[in-house]
Amino acid sequence: MTSMRLDRPDARGRFGEFGGTFAPETLMPALDELAGAFTEAWGDEEFVAEYRRMLSDFVGRPTPLHLAGRLSESLGVRILLKREDLAHTGAHKINNAIGQGLLAKRMGKPRVIAETGAGQHGVATATAAAVLGLECQVFMGSVDIERQALNVLRMEILGTEVVPVTSGAGTLKDAVSEAMREWVKSVESTHYIIGSVVGPHPFPWMVREFQKVIGEEVLDQIGSDLPDIVVACVGGGSNAMGMFYPLAGLGIDLVGIEAAGEGIATGRHGASIGAGSPGVLHGTHTYMLQDEEGQVLEAHSISAGLDYPGVGPEHAYFHQSGLARYESITDEEALDGVELLARTEGIIPALESAHAVAWVAREAGSLQGKTVLINLSGRGDKDVEQIGRARAGR
Amino acid sequence: MGADRLRHMFASARADGRTAFLPFMTAGLPDPSGSPALYRAMAEAGADAFEVGIPYSDPLMDGPVIQRGSDLALAAGTNLDVSFEVIRTVADRSPALAMTYANPVFRRGVEWFAQRLSGVGADGIIVPDLPVEESADLRRAASRHDLGTVLFVAPTSSRARIEAVAAAEPIFIYAVAEVGVTGERTEPSRRAEGLVKAIRDVTDIPIVMGVGISTPAHALAAAEAGADGVIVGSALVRVVLESPDAESAAYALAARVREFRAVLG
Repeated sequence: MTSMRLDRPDARGRFGEFGGTFAPETLMPALDELAGAFTEAWGDEEFVAEYRRMLSDFVGRPTPLHLAGRLSESLGVRILLKREDLAHTGAHKINNAIGQGLLAKRMGKPRVIAETGAGQHGVATATAAAVLGLECQVFMGSVDIERQALNVLRMEILGTEVVPVTSGAGTLKDAVSEAMREWVKSVESTHYIIGSVVGPHPFPWMVREFQKVIGEEVLDQIGSDLPDIVVACVGGGSNAMGMFYPLAGLGIDLVGIEAAGEGIATGRHGASIGAGSPGVLHGTHTYMLQDEEGQVLEAHSISAGLDYPGVGPEHAYFHQSGLARYESITDEEALDGVELLARTEGIIPALESAHAVAWVAREAGSLQGKTVLINLSGRGDKDVEQIGRARAGR
Repeated sequence: MGADRLRHMFASARADGRTAFLPFMTAGLPDPSGSPALYRAMAEAGADAFEVGIPYSDPLMDGPVIQRGSDLALAAGTNLDVSFEVIRTVADRSPALAMTYANPVFRRGVEWFAQRLSGVGADGIIVPDLPVEESADLRRAASRHDLGTVLFVAPTSSRARIEAVAAAEPIFIYAVAEVGVTGERTEPSRRAEGLVKAIRDVTDIPIVMGVGISTPAHALAAAEAGADGVIVGSALVRVVLESPDAESAAYALAARVREFRAVLG
């Protein structure tokens, strides 16, 4: 392989041709300030120590690496699970929320805002805001508020205001747009805790840095017995990049799983890399779902966290340079993935993470004798009602 | 046509002691066939030039009124061809700048986009999510086709950023009067004076102020702060959204434009 992962994007915020800073002028000084503040903080031993201390004492890291015995047996593939579902609040999102929350405090911003799809990033940000003493507002699509009602209540109990977004399809894309508009208004006093490796520079790089603890822990936990294949679901792609980045270039087959929704051919999916094209979405140049005139198309996925028509620019770079490959799984397959993991391992995965499980199940025939590591990015408590409805409809 | 027509407009407004009035209106409202009449009515009522919005699905810099206008125009069938034809009818009579977002421009390519705009007689292009450091390709293409490009300065912009904007030689500087997205405000901008002064300390390039300018009083405040022109968008798009048909929208818009014109000299 000739391509290399990039320690950080170039001065223009690019990973190869992807990334950049396509933001209104009002935000540009804040983005410059953020890039400077993050660079400085990330080089400051005290800041990094505080971040690591919170990850261990508050989040409960390191999360276990679990040999999934019964699942391995049923598929004939040796399967390891990285248990991000056991992190405080139930998903990997908290790693980034704590990091950016600490950074907001360091920058003297008393208020944070966030977008959320499945509600996991919203809950993580609400949690970080509570423990760090920050004011918090979370933007959430009205459709997602309905399908992730449990997480809305969690945020409200944590003292966060959940703001419904009714524009567009009322899902994650619209929540990101509205959070960015709110940030344009309040940028002088507010930090925007973006929840994935998306958005204008420095967000994709910074969020990857706060999430790479996932892959780094795996390297510590696994020793020299590296897996053959590592699988993670990809919406914006923060759990996948947090896992892939430390493992890139080690000869491991890195596979990102996008949402095929009702099937790629139906047009109702979230496969930005698999079925999209390069463009500019939410401040960054990356793969996205768009029509011939550059209008953004609505994504679709049963999982709110993968229901996004773009993907992080570093994934676009990983795809183009061959550092990782990207496949997809339908809503139906993901539902089967939930049951499979629940009944073999006693773990109800988030619908997002179930996409990764389902891909391994589907491809098991060609994976015989291999070791596969699945990033189990979140737990499925938030999804049980929706899973119940989908089961009833079958 | 082209950048020169805009330069001439600002020069003559300055010479006459007037402030140019540039309405923003989304192309294709209330529907593609009724759209040109709205601009014609505003031109006859005294508008100096137009910012013609090419509707986009995800307008990050726009508040609810222009978002809604954009959605309605798209739903009514306003594609790029329709938008370019609207721009042609506007540019036949007045200087016209196209406003849209980076993705539609990049999807077709900056060269294609600039050529098409130039072909319908447009004078310039405004892309609010292209800050100066991402704008070089578009500026080169625009310049090849004699289009002016517009760059933004916000109340948050540092002197170094204002210098970088000035060095890129935009046809005018779009001074963002409010920290926020487009939309009507009740109070005039408190940032206008400081903003104009900060820009004037660096460059003599014409300053056009927009965002949050909703009433003649707000426009007058921007003019008194020293802006060469003002842009009013949401307050005019709202008039169209609240009108039962294109004819009454045109009539109501003309009345609004005359009110603004009256205070701007």
